Amino acid sequence: MPAHSFDKFDRRDTVTVDKPGLAQAMRAFLPEEAVLAAPEDLRPYETDGLSAYRQTPMMVVIPRSIEEVQQAMRVCHERGVPVVARGAGTGLSGGALPLPDGVLLSLARFMSILDIDPDNRTARVQPGVRNLAISQAAEPYGLYYAPDPSSQIACTIGGNVAENSGGVHCLKYGLTTHNILKLKIVTVSGELIEVGSEALDAPGYDLLALMTGSEGLLGVTVEVTVKLLPRPEHARVVMAVFDDVERAGGAVSDIIAQGIVPAGLEMMDHLAIVAAEKYAQCGYPTDAQAILLCEVDGTEAEVAEDIERVQRVVEAYQPSEVRVSRDSAERERFWKGRKGAFPAMGRVAPDYYCMDGTIPRQHLAYVLRRMQELSEEYGQQVANVFHAGDGNLHPLILYDSAQPGELERTEALGAEILKLCVEVGGSITGEHGVGVEKISQMCDQFQPDELEQFRAVKNAFDPDGLLNPGKAVPTLHRCAEYGGMHVHKGNLPFPELERF
Amino acid sequence: MGDADLTQDLRERVQEAVEHKTRLRIAGSGSKAFLGLPCEGEALDMTGHRGVVNYQPSELVFTARSGTPLAEVESILGESGQMLPFEPPHFGEGATLGGTIAAALSGPRRPWTGAARDFVLGTRIINGHAQVLRLGGEVIKNVAGFDLSRLMVGAMGTLGVLLDISFKVLPKPRREVTVAHELSAAQALDKLARWGVKPIPLSGACHWDGRLYVRLSGAESAVAQAQKQIGGEVVEDAGRFWADLREQRLEFFAGEAPLWRVSVPPATPPMEDVPGAALIDWGGALRWVRAGSAPATVREAAQRAGGHATLFRGGSAEHAPFQPLPQSLMQIHKKVKHALDPENIFNRGRLYTEL
Repeated sequence: MPAHSFDKFDRRDTVTVDKPGLAQAMRAFLPEEAVLAAPEDLRPYETDGLSAYRQTPMMVVIPRSIEEVQQAMRVCHERGVPVVARGAGTGLSGGALPLPDGVLLSLARFMSILDIDPDNRTARVQPGVRNLAISQAAEPYGLYYAPDPSSQIACTIGGNVAENSGGVHCLKYGLTTHNILKLKIVTVSGELIEVGSEALDAPGYDLLALMTGSEGLLGVTVEVTVKLLPRPEHARVVMAVFDDVERAGGAVSDIIAQGIVPAGLEMMDHLAIVAAEKYAQCGYPTDAQAILLCEVDGTEAEVAEDIERVQRVVEAYQPSEVRVSRDSAERERFWKGRKGAFPAMGRVAPDYYCMDGTIPRQHLAYVLRRMQELSEEYGQQVANVFHAGDGNLHPLILYDSAQPGELERTEALGAEILKLCVEVGGSITGEHGVGVEKISQMCDQFQPDELEQFRAVKNAFDPDGLLNPGKAVPTLHRCAEYGGMHVHKGNLPFPELERF
Repeated sequence: MGDADLTQDLRERVQEAVEHKTRLRIAGSGSKAFLGLPCEGEALDMTGHRGVVNYQPSELVFTARSGTPLAEVESILGESGQMLPFEPPHFGEGATLGGTIAAALSGPRRPWTGAARDFVLGTRIINGHAQVLRLGGEVIKNVAGFDLSRLMVGAMGTLGVLLDISFKVLPKPRREVTVAHELSAAQALDKLARWGVKPIPLSGACHWDGRLYVRLSGAESAVAQAQKQIGGEVVEDAGRFWADLREQRLEFFAGEAPLWRVSVPPATPPMEDVPGAALIDWGGALRWVRAGSAPATVREAAQRAGGHATLFRGGSAEHAPFQPLPQSLMQIHKKVKHALDPENIFNRGRLYTEL
């Protein structure tokens, strides 16, 4: 399949590296198999979850201890070699895309759960531990780790921290940033620092918040202390079927206005419903225009009380059907289609491109209508799955990469959709991160002064720009090129900059 | 005082200060003046910059200017049955939203619902280049750009002037009940650790003077069920107890003895190595101590337990209020400060003398 290579992206000039010398310096403290430089060994690392972008790294380094990470960082720092850290490589924005002249630092060996403390309800884990593995290890104590990105069986906690990952339950339980207490970070120069604490807060600036979601631009996470929560006793789902998307959207707002905070509140549109039903056979009516899934959790009595309230609210929006899960098997069946929505798209189109915009929910109807118009304009189908509770849209653009020009057209449509999200007061990314994918759209969401502020913060941690360069924060040059520069009162910002 | 957007005036004041390298002391009502180190500089009065910018109850998002009185914010949210979930203390009638966020203060609900920083979605600030920046936004999920909004929380105004702040808000619990148990501190902490792994709808847990006060919040049925489960004697007029705890009006807080705020992992046993009367809040995670002993004693005990100590009231230039940072971390703090405030004009020395 055609793919972009990294040269598409802005960053400083590539460096000329003495590759054998670098390999030798790494092998001075790492075993032979922990330093990969042969082309056939590098290929598995050429892409992450965003497979439209591919780039073979110059070298892959696989340390096993914090000390080895520190040494590897020192070696790279001394030689001016850029570093991209990687967990499981499930990210959807190309955040772990390697550099042709850089080291890919794999944290795959950091797989230990170091400690579970049920009295303080925390777990101390290495960054390569899978998200779901934490909850599994905490289960004997009746505890779990709340953020549940859909890739949770594979994605690692280190990657979750880098992206500030969310999941289906974040309206009620928050994102990664709300569920971690402390990080051990190796800086660009190889120093080990701790941010946050084992208590609920820490002295000084909230560097824990700054690090979370910083996409590997500020440091390398080598240990994470997460909060654990008691597992809710019960959960039930209301499935409401609508023949009109706007009424489904109205029901969403009203559920929340009634003072209910659902554990999960998801919506799918017609195209997504049809694909999901074909894939999962979970009983979704395929003539529906929208399906709403509303999960409430808590004690048995509380769930019963809330389910009744949710039912009352949705009934007012004339659903064609309302079903309430009677047991956990039925609850899982209701979710099966939603959870399988992404792979289901793979059955109806050769490729799909998953977007990740967020909007204030009140603009849902407008955004969906406008997206439909754009879809017709570009001649590409768009299916929608939507974390409705927190306004996070995942439009899936269907395409066929074998058709010349379709990938480019798809990306152009995607960019329009993100611009639309920004226009209504939303964001270009709710949980997937900016990475390389949305670097240009950052110029839509932020003004030049704001981007310069981000760069100043980046410089505070990494003055030579060696940590994941070219990702997450665009240069103003790039914005000028992209044409997204905002012109205020006829004055171009930064007139001294060269424009293309 | 009427609502007003003073962004331009404030920006010009900052611009002037940058040009003349004049230090600014960002000032709200002064309700938290006791906290942190005293700092010098021309006062930048924020109290005129006030008013609600955006509030749609069904979006669970609220934006207001930083000079808006906290009491006004709470009253507006209350009309729609919503609240600032971190239950912030006011420490004075005029307390502003900006001061609350700059000081990162959260009340008794904090361990279960989250802290001030957890509910901040976005801010507009003036940085040390006198630029007005919009950071974060008004949506619940937003991972574009560094999270500089949360970085502002607890920075004590050293990184910029807060203009507007956007929050995620939550519905008020439908029912709240407080029960009390006669227990020693050690017994109370042991009970809390056991309850902590169960899905009990806790929203407050404070031990003082031989009694453990536990607040339950949520759906009617959930509270009733939990009440049966944990027992105890129902406390009448409990709203006043939690407000007095939050505002430090309980008898424990009276008098002139230095007041230490010790933040530790919740199951930390009673800190017998720190002499002085102690009150436990946050289900064990916050220990208030009236101790005249050497600051080093308190700080070392906090650190041994995995936490830190703040000399909350009664600090001085000789006895720095906030726990000193390791050198490596202080270096990073200085660089972060420089990235946002290169001329070092905002609240110099309020948080640490080095910043």
